[in-house]
Amino acid sequence: MKADKEGVLTGNHFLDGDHACCEGAIAAGCRFVAGYPITPSTEVVERIASRFPLVGGIFIQMEDEIASSIAICGGSWAGKKSMTVTSGPGLSLMMEHIGYAAMTETPCVFVDVQRGGPSTGLPTMPAQADIMQARWGSHGDYEIIALAPNSCQEAFDLTVHAFNLSEKYRVPVLFMLDECVGHMTEKVVIPEADEIEIEPRKMTNKKPGEYLLYETDDSMVPEMVHAGEGYNFHITGLTHDERGYPNLTVDTQAKLVRRLCDKINKNADDIIMYEDFHLDDADTVVIAFGITSRIAQHAVNMARDEGKKVGFIRLQVIWPFPEQIIRELAGGNVKKFVVPELNLGQLVLEVERVVAGQAEVVSVPHAGGTVHNPEDIYEKL
Amino acid sequence: MGKTDTLNKTAEVRTPAENPVDKYLRMDRMPHIWCPGCGIGSTVNCFVRAVEDAMIDIKKLAIVSGIGCTGRVAGYMNLDSFHTTHGRAIPMATGVKLANPEMNVVVYSGDGDLFAIGGNHFIHAARRNLDIKIICVNNFTYGMTGGQVTPTTPQGIIASTMPYGNFEHTFNLPFLAESCGAVYVARWTAAHVKQLTKSMKEMMSKKGFGFIEIFSPCPTLFGRRNKIADGLEHMIQFKDKCKIKKGASAKEATFDPDNEIVLGTFVNTERKTFMESMNDRYEKVFGPKYVRYGEE
Ligand SMILES: Cc1ncc(C[n+]2csc(CCOP(=O)(O)OP(=O)(O)O)c2C)c(N)n1
Repeated sequence: MKADKEGVLTGNHFLDGDHACCEGAIAAGCRFVAGYPITPSTEVVERIASRFPLVGGIFIQMEDEIASSIAICGGSWAGKKSMTVTSGPGLSLMMEHIGYAAMTETPCVFVDVQRGGPSTGLPTMPAQADIMQARWGSHGDYEIIALAPNSCQEAFDLTVHAFNLSEKYRVPVLFMLDECVGHMTEKVVIPEADEIEIEPRKMTNKKPGEYLLYETDDSMVPEMVHAGEGYNFHITGLTHDERGYPNLTVDTQAKLVRRLCDKINKNADDIIMYEDFHLDDADTVVIAFGITSRIAQHAVNMARDEGKKVGFIRLQVIWPFPEQIIRELAGGNVKKFVVPELNLGQLVLEVERVVAGQAEVVSVPHAGGTVHNPEDIYEKL
Repeated sequence: MGKTDTLNKTAEVRTPAENPVDKYLRMDRMPHIWCPGCGIGSTVNCFVRAVEDAMIDIKKLAIVSGIGCTGRVAGYMNLDSFHTTHGRAIPMATGVKLANPEMNVVVYSGDGDLFAIGGNHFIHAARRNLDIKIICVNNFTYGMTGGQVTPTTPQGIIASTMPYGNFEHTFNLPFLAESCGAVYVARWTAAHVKQLTKSMKEMMSKKGFGFIEIFSPCPTLFGRRNKIADGLEHMIQFKDKCKIKKGASAKEATFDPDNEIVLGTFVNTERKTFMESMNDRYEKVFGPKYVRYGEE
């Protein structure tokens, strides 16, 4: 399906990442946003508030992030593509509803423009320290999808993609900018609406009575219905059966939780997205994402100029983690992985897990507040 | 024969197919989890009859509950129904209503859910005059978690986390609702089924943020600790102590178990809803290029 023309600002723009993210959401068909102001994410909702009245959308500034994060679940079940936007402290408040959205299989997008933490931390300065929280922050076993753009163009493109993935897999998708990408301004090209691919919501054709809310086929993703269509559906965060009714048994729990995880993990190949450079001859590979990937790219170029065999993987999707390519490289000629990130070593844990001792894994941590110097990364190559 | 008259014929044995409330309930989920003597079930009965009396299109009726014994109401209603997280029924309802303004959205939840953990959401939804209806079953305790103190527990009452008697000030919910801007505010008990049904119908037929508080017995966790033998005795106490007052002010609706307790409709007024205010504002700013949201 192609994007609806209404709202797509086709043309060349000079936008910051937050504004580009807003345009991506509108192009993706998002028409319900509930949010609460927090630096450095506020520009996203400010632009939404000014753009929505004329594109048939509805924005509400809720009383807090707890409210925002459940309001979008309501919005989604009532038929609108829905999004909320926040930064670290707000993301912490949203955790219960990330779990709720995962459990109820509610398509929705959580935008997190990352700043320094813990707590109030560095409101106006960058970090990439919510990576593990994004993955593990709500209680229980579940899977989400997380993306990280490294440019304003990608803040647009990957926001559209974030909505598409959330619809396809009926899962909350976290869209993780960092303050740098959120606040820097670059050229952004917004294509014609008919060049923007949109994943339609997987609605059922079955009639009420024939339809079960959580019945699935091989895709493991159930078909959806909306409020007001006469299905009298029930959703709950309790462990539930195919009808959506609470069923607090060991078997139902196992079946449900495994499916919620499997529908993401077994489709990881379809979801994972990364760019790679110079992997063919590499004995050292840098893995980075977001703003750090742009500094890492510079460090890799410096090393290549000197004839060092350095490759580079730039993650666009962080969760699910691209295990396979890293495992293959570790089992091949790669002797060393270098992982710079704007935190004290989060994603590197995942690299270590996957590499499992087959190669050296070097962390290049940074507590946040600014970005690495390319030399910090270059020295490790 | 009026609808409410049939309510009094509980002794009559009917097969499920004959009971007019059945079609509103998920009979495949019976028996429910509520204890004998609990008042939640009778409030649901009143609600169903009110929905029928108000001739609401049930296809366009959604019910949202938080977590708790009352929070289970959504699960038993044969409607689009949302069992949410603890305290968050109102923001969920906000999302449903704003995303599909055709829906009539009712929040049905407990006093702890709506006024302890969820208090902030209540305040702001009322302030916005969001067109949703709130039904609070106030059993003066956290039933689901075993009888802890809530913001509505009267002073002196024993609760599992107030073993020497509650010493905190008790919330006056109607007064709170009125001061936040609710356009309909009433209080009844689970023993006042006729008045409650009528009041629910009145609220459901209105636009804007409506609120009904219903006192309800919880024999298992409230009564047992406070020398109230069973649900029936608590219902009789309600009948004795509570006085229906016409035109009473919500300010009078304090809760002091030793004194008379005021029931009735405290507020029944009109005010622009969130959506109406939004549409009027945008229309003023954008002129005819603005398409009023949610109005066909
Ligand atoms: C975030 C969170 N905190 C605590 C709980 C535990 N909990 C479940 S129900 C409940 C209290 C419900 O009391 P009330 O709203 O008065 O409803 P009742 O059970 O009395 O009908 C609590 C504290 C929870 N489920 N979620």
